[in-house]
Amino acid sequence: MAIHLDENTKVLVQGFTGQIGSFHAEDMIKYGTNIVGGVTPGKGGTKHLDKPVFNTMKDAVAATGADASIIFVPPPFAADSIMEAADAGIRYCVAITDGIPSQDMIRVKRYMRRYRAEAKMLLTGPNCAGSISPGKCMMGIMPGHIYIPGNVGIVGRSGTLGYEAASQMKELGIGVSSSIGIGGDPINGSSFRDHLEAFENDPETKAVVIIGEIGGPQEVDAAMWARDNMSKPVIGYVAGLTAPKGRRMGHAGAIISAVGESAAEKVEILQECGVTVVPNPSSFGSVIQEVLAKLG
Amino acid sequence: MDIHEYQSKEILAEYGIPIAAGGLAYSPEQAAYRAIEIGGEVWVVKAQIHSGARGKAGGIKVCKSEAEVSKAAEELLGAKLITHQTGPQGKICHRLYIEAGCNIEREIYLAFVLDRAKESVTVVASAEGGMEIEELAVSKPESIIKVAVEPAVGMQPFQAREIAFALGLDKTQVNQAVTTILGCYRAMRDLDATMVEINPLVVTKEGNILAVDAKMGFDDNALFRHHNIAELRDKSQEDAREMRAADRGLSYVGLDGNIGCIINGAGLAMATMDMIMHAGGEPANFLDIGGGASPERTTKAFNLVLSDEKVECILVNIFAGINRCDWIAEGVVQAVQKIDLKVPLVVRLSGTNVEEGRKILIDSGLPIIMAETLKEAADKAVAAWKEATGK
Repeated sequence: MAIHLDENTKVLVQGFTGQIGSFHAEDMIKYGTNIVGGVTPGKGGTKHLDKPVFNTMKDAVAATGADASIIFVPPPFAADSIMEAADAGIRYCVAITDGIPSQDMIRVKRYMRRYRAEAKMLLTGPNCAGSISPGKCMMGIMPGHIYIPGNVGIVGRSGTLGYEAASQMKELGIGVSSSIGIGGDPINGSSFRDHLEAFENDPETKAVVIIGEIGGPQEVDAAMWARDNMSKPVIGYVAGLTAPKGRRMGHAGAIISAVGESAAEKVEILQECGVTVVPNPSSFGSVIQEVLAKLG
Repeated sequence: MDIHEYQSKEILAEYGIPIAAGGLAYSPEQAAYRAIEIGGEVWVVKAQIHSGARGKAGGIKVCKSEAEVSKAAEELLGAKLITHQTGPQGKICHRLYIEAGCNIEREIYLAFVLDRAKESVTVVASAEGGMEIEELAVSKPESIIKVAVEPAVGMQPFQAREIAFALGLDKTQVNQAVTTILGCYRAMRDLDATMVEINPLVVTKEGNILAVDAKMGFDDNALFRHHNIAELRDKSQEDAREMRAADRGLSYVGLDGNIGCIINGAGLAMATMDMIMHAGGEPANFLDIGGGASPERTTKAFNLVLSDEKVECILVNIFAGINRCDWIAEGVVQAVQKIDLKVPLVVRLSGTNVEEGRKILIDSGLPIIMAETLKEAADKAVAAWKEATGK
């Protein structure tokens, strides 16, 4: 098992025929992801990368039976595409797009409250590298070869820092059940907490790593939830110990603007909640190995 | 993106927020002329810089004659103002706002922020105006009123009324306050602002509501649909290097250390900076070179990092996902050859085609210090910095 995406996931690509969408769709197909088609308004009825192209998500879902989608649509139109996916009955959506206005995301989140829990689309991102269940399905822009199949779940904001962690794990032969990118934006589709719950319920996952950074309340919320609800060990890292207050560090959401949003403060709360904190970013592999060893 | 007080006030006035008569001045003569135009007996000369706490830094001067206005303008124009928000380098004042003085009965704090936890716009208000919200949160947390706005329908008049009554305003002021609160919300929503702050919102001795200071911040990601807001950018208020970086599609934040950083990805960049600190050094900057680190981009990144005179060593850390290490190595070699690098350089490559990448760096014959892991990279960078500088 894995969470959210596996070998049975049928994936549509929104923004399929664009340069970026094409490039990564090809890469995902090579990895073995079951890409069943894509959507580019106005190009319906044509073929791209040997897959059918549709004008609307509803048409695409009806024709292919897809249950997941990945979005490469440019920022001004991306929020609209996310809502279109939700309305077409997509179960899991990854939004790669970086640069969606915050108020657009507020509207997206509000729009999605119209669905009952069981019919509600799960969104990860925007501004993320995507998600992967190694050996089964890749929905993202990551180098698939750095992840080996295994029993550790990963949830992280950052793309390349997630790669760093995964490659340290691979070096020690530690595999990944699923790695989920939630993205670096201030308002994102889902948070650490949502995925901790999924990993807790996934029999294949033995431990979960959360890779956070400065800004926002989500790392702390997740740690508190884990303390009260999780039986599996949680390992955490918070990037940005050297980040000054009030400065945006690359990611739109990586800014310390309130009490409790600095790396040092988050680390303290994570530790209080029983999360094993990775002391520096070169020790992901070794700390995870120690935690797994204790599990036996 | 931040804008000036006078720009925020012009915008908010269109949304019905009451402001005092005022005008912009670029010279002492203009300032005195503005004072005459505005009329009255008391004027406030306000330095227009992108920072709060200007009063404490001497950037706000109350004047009782045109001569005083002129003198205050002379002192402030071209002056460097240092506040806790500008950092030690301060900000230069190039524009002044001359405003009619008012008789203050009481001061209120009013702000609208993007609330990440609630995923909505939240109104923050307090009857204890004039102070900064951080101070208030510590000294009088019970005075802070918070109201979240339901995004689907927007702010409702009853919410604004509740806030106004909770602030202890009387019957006649409540209506003015409701107009102000609803107006600020509409401005925030219409213009994709990330923040609107009126501190203080004043009740005058005559019993009227007046926005005495105003600050707005905007979502950079939404500027594409607000050309009139994008036009308000004042580049003289922004860090020159950060701006040059942004123009080149790089994300850069200058810091106080000596080890320059060139990294791909914001999270890895922050983590590498943490690692430098862990190894006993201090990073000179945050720099995310982004995906597709072409030789041109790499050269630009080197030039940018080296434009900081404090930089005495450079650490490049690239995790090649979509990129290939050999391609990045070519870029590093070309950049180093072009710019005649005088400080030690540590390079750590990881990911796709790493062996080919390392080979290119070694074969170049350049004095590049190679590192395999993140820890090794930080250790070697700090050691090379110490050796080169004797620190």
